[in-house]
Amino acid sequence: MDATPITPPVAGPVTIRRHSLATRLWHWVNAVAIFILIGSGLGISNAHPRLYWGRYGANFDAAWATLPRFPAWVTIPQNYNLAISRRWHLFFALVLAFGLLGYMIASLISRHFQRDLRLRAADLSPAHLAADVRAHLQFRFHDEAHPGAYNPLQKLSYAGVVFVALPLVILTGLAMSPGMDAAWPWLLDLFGGRQSARSIHFITMAAITAFVVVHLVLVILAGWRRELWSMISGRWRIEGTMADARAEVPTSTPAGAAAQEVGR
Amino acid sequence: MIRRRGLIGALAGGGAGLLLSGCDRVIAQPQVRDIIFKGEDMHRALQRALMNRDALAPEFSADQRSPYFRTNGTRDPGTAAYNALRAGRFADWRLQVDGLVARPLTLSLSDLGQFPQRAQITRHDCVEGWSAIGKWQGPRLGDVLKQAGVRDAARYVVFTCADLYGGAPYYESVDMVDAFHPQTILAWALNDRFLDVGHGAPCRLRVERHLGYKHAKYLMKVTAVDTLAGIGKGQGGYWEDNVDYDWYAGI
Repeated sequence: MDATPITPPVAGPVTIRRHSLATRLWHWVNAVAIFILIGSGLGISNAHPRLYWGRYGANFDAAWATLPRFPAWVTIPQNYNLAISRRWHLFFALVLAFGLLGYMIASLISRHFQRDLRLRAADLSPAHLAADVRAHLQFRFHDEAHPGAYNPLQKLSYAGVVFVALPLVILTGLAMSPGMDAAWPWLLDLFGGRQSARSIHFITMAAITAFVVVHLVLVILAGWRRELWSMISGRWRIEGTMADARAEVPTSTPAGAAAQEVGR
Repeated sequence: MIRRRGLIGALAGGGAGLLLSGCDRVIAQPQVRDIIFKGEDMHRALQRALMNRDALAPEFSADQRSPYFRTNGTRDPGTAAYNALRAGRFADWRLQVDGLVARPLTLSLSDLGQFPQRAQITRHDCVEGWSAIGKWQGPRLGDVLKQAGVRDAARYVVFTCADLYGGAPYYESVDMVDAFHPQTILAWALNDRFLDVGHGAPCRLRVERHLGYKHAKYLMKVTAVDTLAGIGKGQGGYWEDNVDYDWYAGI
């Protein structure tokens, strides 16, 4: 067990410090970057909306996917302009990559990753995950006895974005650059060729988009004012009476499930 | 409830749309545009820092080539001058090498064949997103520039082409790092045959660490210069001048 303090069972509203400055800064910089990268990326996709596997791929080669033409209201710029889409995309690609790097370094030093995002074996047990899914379906997102902790599905999705999706989208992006392919030829070996990298880049973008949508829906369901304020100020206000906290609360429990299970 | 959800959906969609169109208004500000356009310089600096001057673009084996190498941009210059050269199978074609050189050259196709030849199977990446792999052959641009006695003052090499865009010849440019890169060649053969018209006959540039639009086709003139100012609109290439493509096309 690590040093995460257990919230005492007090009645009435309490305020906990939830997000560090590094997390908040990165969150908002990233929110802007991802929004612009998706919009400009869809604009770039419109230039050649076919995806291939392998090293090469052009009109006479077999495409595994032919993408729709993304409409003006989801692209940057609104009117098709490959050069300007690329300018936006390549500038914010740097913001995304160096932002992630900075956040990772800060979170390793502050032990945010080790403390809050580390998945323990218990988190991944089927019973634990099933209880967490049930809790989410009942719109109970936080363990009342231990509100500061992420629940297992939260840990899985945040870790998935921070350690898998974002690095993957950055590395596949680099693999598409002819300059970087000369600098780091291993990028092509890693993904099985430039066109495979391009396909994986698109698929990962779709996964990140799905994450953002689910994230926003859950923020709204969990009470958007309070959630939004916590990501601005870092402080998170918990309303109402705390359920009995157990003496020994795991650092992560199925969302809201602890109180339920205590009585069993 | 459905109406309310529809309303929320419409508001969310409309909000996203407003934010996206906001980007168009933001980049219309010259100061913002300058910052966003600085991304090119940052990428160039980072890439140049991460690789050796002569780091090679990946090369492939013969069986990894595209079965069909697509063409793009100009597929036939179609001018009277080009048609005349083409009718004579480019026997009368000459490449001018001039500018900041001690000995201006006028090279025929067979002159190009006298230089040491480099053959390379490389990937061509179009800015649009597609890639094709093919075998290119020709002399190194660096050897040609050395023979012409390129001067130390030269900082860029400008390529002027036979195809016209908006009534003026297509042109492109590279800096001396790319001009003297071992894979930068004046290619006259693709997949062991003379270049066809669609791929830039009789001779085109291959500058393998860059996107396709840098690989000027239908070469007529190679000029060493100390500045890109005064050439076209000063951005170093037709697309750079007219639609804001990056001059550094390694990204």
